[in-house]
Parts: sequence; C-alpha cells; structure tokens
Amino acid sequence: MSDDLFVSAAAGKPTAGKPAATGPAGKPGAPGPAPGAPDPAAGIRTAARVAETSEGAQELLVRPATPPGELRRELGAVLRLPEGGVLDPGDIDVERRDDETMIINMGPQHPSTHGVLRLMLELDGETVLRTKPVIGYLHTGMEKTGEELTYVQGTTNVTRMDYLSPLNNELVFCLATEALLDIELPPRAVWIRMLMSELQRVSSHLMWMATNGMDLGSTSMMIYGFREREMVLSFFEKATGLRMNNNYIRPGGVAADLPDGWEDDVEVICETVLARTYEYDELLTGQPIFRERTEGIGNLTAEEALALSATGPILRSTGVPWDLRRTMPYLAYDQVDFDVIVGTYGDNFDRYSVRLNEIRESIRIIRQVAERMPPGDYRVQDRKVTPPPRARIDESMEALIHHFKVFTEGFRVPEGEVYVAIESPRGELGCELVSDGTSKPYRMHIRGPSFVNLQTVPLLLRGGLIADAVAVVSSVDPVMGEVDR
Amino acid sequence: MGLEDLQHNFLTGRVEDLVRWARRHSVWPATFGLACCAIEMMSVGAADYDISRLGMEVFRASPRQADLMIVAGRVSQKMAPVLRQVYDQMMEPKWVISMGVCASTGGMFNNYAIVQGVDQIVPVDVYAPGCPPSPETLLHAILTLHEKIRTGAITRRPAARAAAEQTSGWVPELPDAVRVATPR
Amino acid sequence: MTALLPEVPAAPGRHAAEVAFPDRERYRAQVAAYRDAGFELCADLCAVDYLTHPGRWLPEGVTPERFEVVVNLLSLSQKRRVRVRVQVPERDPVVDSVVDVYPGADAMEREAYDLMGIVFTGHPDLTRILMPEDWEGHPLRKDYGVGRVPVQFKEAPGPR
Ligand code: SF4
Repeated sequence: MSDDLFVSAAAGKPTAGKPAATGPAGKPGAPGPAPGAPDPAAGIRTAARVAETSEGAQELLVRPATPPGELRRELGAVLRLPEGGVLDPGDIDVERRDDETMIINMGPQHPSTHGVLRLMLELDGETVLRTKPVIGYLHTGMEKTGEELTYVQGTTNVTRMDYLSPLNNELVFCLATEALLDIELPPRAVWIRMLMSELQRVSSHLMWMATNGMDLGSTSMMIYGFREREMVLSFFEKATGLRMNNNYIRPGGVAADLPDGWEDDVEVICETVLARTYEYDELLTGQPIFRERTEGIGNLTAEEALALSATGPILRSTGVPWDLRRTMPYLAYDQVDFDVIVGTYGDNFDRYSVRLNEIRESIRIIRQVAERMPPGDYRVQDRKVTPPPRARIDESMEALIHHFKVFTEGFRVPEGEVYVAIESPRGELGCELVSDGTSKPYRMHIRGPSFVNLQTVPLLLRGGLIADAVAVVSSVDPVMGEVDR
Repeated sequence: MGLEDLQHNFLTGRVEDLVRWARRHSVWPATFGLACCAIEMMSVGAADYDISRLGMEVFRASPRQADLMIVAGRVSQKMAPVLRQVYDQMMEPKWVISMGVCASTGGMFNNYAIVQGVDQIVPVDVYAPGCPPSPETLLHAILTLHEKIRTGAITRRPAARAAAEQTSGWVPELPDAVRVATPR
Repeated sequence: MTALLPEVPAAPGRHAAEVAFPDRERYRAQVAAYRDAGFELCADLCAVDYLTHPGRWLPEGVTPERFEVVVNLLSLSQKRRVRVRVQVPERDPVVDSVVDVYPGADAMEREAYDLMGIVFTGHPDLTRILMPEDWEGHPLRKDYGVGRVPVQFKEAPGPR
C-alpha cells in the first residue's frame, strides 16, 4: 500500500502549518474539530477515504489531507504533556518535505507484530515519522460476555484475555470479587496463588524473550525460550489440568490443591530456568549485534511514560521503581523478599534486561513460597462461595444440591463497585467490577496493561528506522487478546 | 509399449499418487495466529513438538507461498474480511485447519463481536477441538489433513469423493501408492 | 483531598480508595486538581451503563443518571488511588475530555466512546477504536443485545 493510493487525497490544498487555528499556544493537544462542527479538512478526508479505502477514520492520512492539529499531535505523539513544557506542538514543522513521505501499512496479518496488531507508518526514506496503531482485530466482546456469566464462570472468560498470563487475569478478577464479597482467604490459598502467578510471570517473560529474539533474528533464542516455557506449562498442566487458560484461580481460593510432589517440580523449574538465564546472558546480553540493535532504540523518559499511563516493565525501564507487588502489596507479597528491577534509559535494551532480571526475581520469590507454603485449606470454607468436596457429593444429597446451586446459579455478591489492580507481567492489570446484588457482574471492565502501553508505540518509533519498528513493538510486549478484549 | 527394451530397474506410478505424495510432505502453513491458540501453534513449531518432522516448519509470511492456513484463534467481525482476503491470496491447492473451538464455532464467545465459526468465511478441511487445542491435538489435525491430501483427488473438491475421505478416519497406507516393478 | 474542590461530594471506597463525585461541569477541573495534587498517572477510564440498575447508592446531592464515567487515578509518590465518578445523562451523553490533562487517557476515552457511546468533547481524535468503523450502535450498552450477528462483509476482494 503505497503513496499512490492516496494521491487523490492530495487534491486538497496542503493545509497551512502555523498554529493559529488550533488554540492557544502553551496548551498542547488543542482540541480537534468537535464532532459535528464543520471542519474544512473533513470534506477532504471523507471524500478521499470513501473513494480509496474502506478503513474510515482510523486510516492514517497523507499530510496534505490531515488537519494541521491532528498532524501536529501525531508528529508530536505524546508531546501533549500536561505541563506543555516538553514540546510545544506549534514548534513542529508540519510542512517538512511533504511529498517525500510514504505511508505503509503493516499488519494486521504480519509474522512479527505480536498478533493482529496493525500499524500504519509514515516514512521519510527509512525514518519513521508518524505511527498509528489500529487495533480491534481481536475484539472479542469479553466485557459483554462477562455480564452474562456468573462470578463462578467469570474466570473462564477473563482468563482468555491476556493469553500469555492467564492466571494473572483470573487473579485480578477473583480479587475484585472477593473484595466485594469481603471474604478473607486461608493462607495456603494466598500462597498457592502467589506461586502460580510468579510461575506465570516466568513463563510469560520467557515467551517474551523468545518472540523478541525471533523479531531480532535470533532464532535460537526463540527455540530456547519455548523450551523453558514448556517446563512451566507442563507443571501447570499437572496442577490445573490445562496448559493455558487454566481457570485455576477461582473466587474463594483455587480450584484444587497442588499435586503431590510439586516442590520437586518447582525446584527443577527454578534450577533449570535460573541456570538458563545465564545462558541467555551469553547469547544476547553480551553480544555486540544484539546490543547494537537494542541500545538507544526506542527511548522513553519517565515523564513520557507516566503521561501516557504506561506501567510495568516499560515504566520501570525508565527508572521509576513502581511495582504494585512492592508499592501496593496484594496477596502476601509484603512477606517475601525480592528486588524491583529498574532501568535507566528506557530503551529496548533496558526493557530487555528488566524482563530478564524479573525472571530471576520471580524465581527468588518462587523459592521462598515453596519453602514457606503454609498447610491448610486451599479455598475458603464458606458454604456460600465454595462447592462441597468432590467425595461428599457421592454420599450426601445436600452436598449434591449445594454443588449444583453453586455452579448453576452461582452466589450473590453484595452491591457495590470496586477497582482492584495487580502487577501482571505487562503492567498494572486492573479490574473494575460493579455488582448489583445478583450472581452476575453488572459491569466488568478490565484495564489491560498492553492496551494502555500500546499508546507509547508512536512515540517510541518516532525518528527511528523502519528496521527497528518490529523490535520496538516487540519490546512493548503487547498481547492483542488483552488489547482488544 | 517399449518397457521390455529397458535394461535397468525402474518405478512406475500414477502421476496423481506422486503429486499427492509430494504435496503431503511439504505443506507450508501461513502464519495466521490470532489469539491464544496462536501461542500453541507456535509451540508446535518450537523444539518440543517440532513440526519440521512433518516438513512443515516453514511458516510463510506471505500467503502466496503457503498451502495451509491454520486459523488459530477467534475471528472477530473486524478480522473476517482480512481473513478472507488472505485466503483468497493463497495459491491453489490450499487447505484450512480451524484450530480451537473459537475458530470452529465461536466457542464460549457467542456475542456480537465474534464470527460464529470460521467456516462461514472460508471452507475448512479439518477442525481441531480444544481450548486451546494442545500441540498434540494440532499435530493430530495436521496428520488428519495429510491423510486427506493422500487419499483425496489432486484437484480440489471433486464431484465424487473418495470413500476414505468420507470416513475421516485413519486409513492405512495403501500398497499401491507408489508401485515398484522390475522388468521381466 | 476533596479540599481541592470542597463542594464535590466524596465517599470512602473499598481498598481505602477515595471516591469523588463531581458533576459534569466540574469533572475536568476536579481531575486536573487531582493531577496537581500529585496523581501522576491515569490508571483507568471506563464507562458504566446503569440502565437496569437505577437504585444504586450515591452520596447526598448526586443525581443518578444512566451513564457513569469512572476514572481511576494513581499517585506514585503518595501510593494512593482515587476514583472519580461522574454522572452522564442519557439524552446528552457528553462529558469533557481529560486528554490534555492525562495524555494516556486517549485510548481509554476512545474505547468508552466506541463501546458505550460517551462523547468526550475536546478529544482530538474521537473515532471507533475496537469495533469496525462502520459498526452501528455501542455494544456495551445494556440495551444492545449480546447476541450473535451475521458476518458483515465490507467488500469481496476480487482476484488479484
Ligand atoms: S479456542 Fe480457546 S484458546 Fe483458542 S482462541 Fe478461543 S479462547 Fe483462545
């Protein structure tokens, strides 16, 4: 899809570049045309897009057809920082070499964008100027489906959002439900959840190492990453019955106790993966080609990350020590010992090393959890929430009825609304849950970290080379299931 | 004809068998990962399950070089036209595996956003059940497809189907696939 | 923290988060005031449709409306969260955009517009983000059916 596709769009006069029309200086992000208000450029946009594409307003338009306000915003990406101090959009010269830029489309079916992400890039030669991510190709309507399912069934739904760390999704949904129910979990349930969510972090970061390696052309890293992840997944299969989309963490505890001999399995995983992270060091961290391709690429400052609401490894790579496990502890993270990894420059390499070292920290946590796993119940003994033990169902009619009721009708959750957030491998994973007193959520909204983090991509790509685009997108680690939900 | 004059060992076979044999052993999939199932599809390509044993490790980025589309994951309304376009860009002969319940029927997401079965958009040859199908299930689906290629006609969708195809089961290798003969 | 704008009703929420209920006119000013008070990060913005749940609890002086926009703000320096809930009436689902206060709210507001039909005035690029461009309706509204829909083809790509 090259420039000539848009030639007819250029029929309109090139829009004049000075900021007079777009609001007072010093107030960046001056509002574009209000919906419905007549806008001179709007006619050009609509006519061009109806004739040439079927993408509608999500299309990245060629410069002459883009209203100056929007162009400046896209050029400056985030530089609509609240202070207005970072860069005044009026300073951006929108007229620069207009006719030499080219808009290319990447995705949604592309081997190296993570999933069905679609990027429209405006290139000046090999330099990326503007980027527009177009998402929604995996929109599943999970928030709507979540309103149709009871709280017991709800975990099956949320677990399919971020499919690289399904257990974290279940965890945040269950924590929100339990906050509304106001129940206290037995310690073993808490620690099992912690164990599982840390193992999930290991597997998710390993998967990231694998795909990132592949995007940078290091196929061996991909094979290694999958090899190690397979170990964690087989433990999940043993404990939960499924490799992914486990539906293991349920409101009120977890679905089953850990299998016999789990300590050995976990120790084998810890030992192997930890040893292998040092192999990755040799393979990637110290390797000149890898460093050339990652250092100084896709820089982000802490202010920009905060302004764009980026969380997780992206925020930490800029040097902000913000990890919800440490700063706003949930489960029992205040009782284990671990370090929050931060970077300095906020570039690709920092994001890589933050994730690599987080694998090591997670293994540290897993070892402590395995050592200190308390005995007792793995789910709360509250007849309202918890189904009876399997063995009792054969003996007692009441238990059977009880079991049936929990799984068909579910339990009622008191009215109220709550927002709970945890640290998923990608950042702050939040769940806004509104209950109207019935057994189904009235509204369930998941704040997907990748959805928000994806907003940093235009900024990270700006001014870089097209060849690095894939690496930068990969370093943001978007999981499209969670972006689109 | 002149077979009696030949002095060396030789093979005879039907062209059809040879073509099927060749096709079956190098089915190149297009990367069409959509959701969770795509991760399992990638696991199949990685070391533990190693799809290259079946001559399929070449995941082609361009649909024009691919023979097989593994629809791995849920197809949203927004993705449906793209999927169809990718399918149309693939060269004949082409096959489709619908991986996972979402691709096959919409799965648990019977709502406004998801296409209820990718067979509404493209013809599907093999459905792999599961959510996500384990790599073993996908391998089984691939082997089923191989069997279909081996026993089917070399042109797509003939009027009369081979009996073996209708059983959709595992048919033992027929001895006449490639006949070996020696001159008398 | 309500000292910022004393007339705005507030209530303690669960998880020790404070909830403020500004009206539509004061909503943007309230969010901006929180930003000045050190809430650096806009964690989340979503909309709720209370069509079938009218009798929810709200503090004195807040009229319930059909829609509600919920903004979750996070302060890294004070390790606190605050929630801003603003009522948006059905006939006129319009509310000020906070994109110029928190640029990160960009995608979230587009999502709320796409799925719930809330119009954010002042948003620079309020277009559909998740649904196809020509989709009709806003799927997360309570009066929008969940149900199955036939496939929409925009165009049949011809042979190339
Ligand atoms: S079938 Fe299951 S695993 Fe596959 S895409 Fe659907 S929800 Fe995900």
